[in-house]
Amino acid sequence: MSKTLFDKVWDSHVVQQIEDGPDVLFIDRHLVHEVTSPVAFLGLKNRGVKVMSPKRTFATADHNTPTINQHLPVADPLSANQLKALEENAKAHGISYWGLGHEKNGIVHVVGPEYGITQPGATIVCGDSHTSTHGAFGAIAFGIGTSEVEMVLSTQCIMQPKPKTMRINVNGSLSKGVTSKDVALFIISQLSTSGATGYFVEYAGEVFQSLSMEGRMTVCNLSIEMGARGGIIAPDEKTFEYIKDREFTPKGAAWDKAMNYWSTLSTDEDATFDKEYTFDGSAIEPMITYGTNPGMGMRISGGIPTAESLDGGVATYKKSLDYMGYKEGDSMIGKKIDFVFLGSCTNGRIEDFRAFTEIVEGKKKADHVTAWLVPGSHKVLNAIKEEGLLDTLQAAGFELREPGCSACLAMNDDKIPAGKYAVSTSNRNFEGRQGPGSRTLLASPTVAAAAAVMGVVTDPRSLV
Amino acid sequence: MAYDKFNILKSSAVPLPIENIDTDQIIPARFLKATERVGFGDNLFRDWRYNQDNSLKSDFPLNDNRFSGKILVGGKNFGSGSSREHAAWAVYDYGFRCVVSSFFADIFRNNCLNIGVLPVQTSAEFLQKIFDVIESDSDTQLIIDLPKQTITIDSTGAFENFEINSYKKENMLNGFDDIDYLMNIKDQIGEFAKNTPL
Repeated sequence: MSKTLFDKVWDSHVVQQIEDGPDVLFIDRHLVHEVTSPVAFLGLKNRGVKVMSPKRTFATADHNTPTINQHLPVADPLSANQLKALEENAKAHGISYWGLGHEKNGIVHVVGPEYGITQPGATIVCGDSHTSTHGAFGAIAFGIGTSEVEMVLSTQCIMQPKPKTMRINVNGSLSKGVTSKDVALFIISQLSTSGATGYFVEYAGEVFQSLSMEGRMTVCNLSIEMGARGGIIAPDEKTFEYIKDREFTPKGAAWDKAMNYWSTLSTDEDATFDKEYTFDGSAIEPMITYGTNPGMGMRISGGIPTAESLDGGVATYKKSLDYMGYKEGDSMIGKKIDFVFLGSCTNGRIEDFRAFTEIVEGKKKADHVTAWLVPGSHKVLNAIKEEGLLDTLQAAGFELREPGCSACLAMNDDKIPAGKYAVSTSNRNFEGRQGPGSRTLLASPTVAAAAAVMGVVTDPRSLV
Repeated sequence: MAYDKFNILKSSAVPLPIENIDTDQIIPARFLKATERVGFGDNLFRDWRYNQDNSLKSDFPLNDNRFSGKILVGGKNFGSGSSREHAAWAVYDYGFRCVVSSFFADIFRNNCLNIGVLPVQTSAEFLQKIFDVIESDSDTQLIIDLPKQTITIDSTGAFENFEINSYKKENMLNGFDDIDYLMNIKDQIGEFAKNTPL
């Protein structure tokens, strides 16, 4: 029977099917961070259970870590306590832990692929909704709650109803100045934040094939923002080239064996999906959000939609624009901004820093803009230095911070002040997401860079 | 952790007629620093309940004396965003045992089911009916009957069926959790793991 890529990977991991209930799904890789794990470890302790597969479990600290002076003790006692809890739990259960200051430390969804933990055909979970990132490698990867973290720690399995399947095709090629982030924001603006709820999405078509692995990760990362549990892209030569020779990828004969399996990972030609969308890549422009959910995105040169053009939800829409301090019909170009945040599991990789640097090279950061440039990992940070990007950034008036989730969710001190506008390369523009009262405009690193040097929302295509 | 059993719940409800309520509103990230599951109810809807000087926002339904009860009724696409189970914990810890909406985000729905909070999905029309009837009489009782899978507006008798798979229904009725189930099949899982390369 013809199968989708998603079906192939899911079905091969089902330990047991429960009638009119969920599947018991085996998990190959479990990524753990400090915020959603302590209560799960406490549950294990209360049950007197040890972690079933420490070798399949990887822990890093990212959500709650400072991005300056990481060599000093963490000042906030609650954050320090949470980091200490993870370190102790990892030690007690024999899990490798890449804590603050560790050379492999970084955002969980950045370091997973960097060290080859992320592999095609694997099932990967983490107590974080952006686990969908790893789907870029042809893995089934999705975010879970803390009860489910406890399930996986104790039994290496999770109980999940099988999601429906959706395919999103984007054909043709992207115009100059249009990035993977724009593609994702465009799709979400078309489907809304709940348009893919209940589905697992396969991304197919020339546009995704031509994206780099970093670009594919950005797209899969944002799957959750349209409600999908995850996104997946069939592995190809680019995928295999990326993961080859990384620390945790198979070597020698084991690599050849793995390749035999990985080469079967694509959707059969006559397989069908529960839902399918097709878009034209050449019609996509640089995007920016104007409201308080990621579905409220528009092409940067356009105007904010009017409430009349919506299909219901007018009160919620007006509340959202009110929060942002914007009016229906406003143009986004020229809107003054106060902060720029480059980073996060969405856009904190080396390619994102290259794109940002390319725009700001030879220009100066606008005086009134505060810019936080936060690499996704130490590996990214080192690459920024080695490639000479840091020199260019510094010459343009920018500084680099140390790796972590930072202002994406503002759990640490990296908070955008109330009422201020931030152009952010992260993933959520919810009310107060980047600090109480903060106002977020989601965009690509390219759009963020243009805003950083001009001090107002600017079409990056006008700068090159 | 086994949780409270859920059978039939009759209660007044707190209405939140706003769409796309995300988990950052339900519990902002800066309140996720605990290492134990205690005290999350205090910060439920923190930035909608309190002004920045920590005074109460009087126009928010949770601060409105007219509204109380064990049922929270929210607008379409409730619980979107982050996977933080802390959002479901905050809902529970505040005293809610059931959330009603016309549409739920996946992870939030799972998280609720895993801690014994029942997510009840209605049609958009029935949800509007609930909002309207609470607006005209804030003491309106809703009856959530899990065995029959119905939600009823007590004063009018209007009701609707809701869906839940039979496995989760049994768990909710008995207060069982998934880990109990998985621990019982651990040998089978162990065999499966042997055939799955690292």
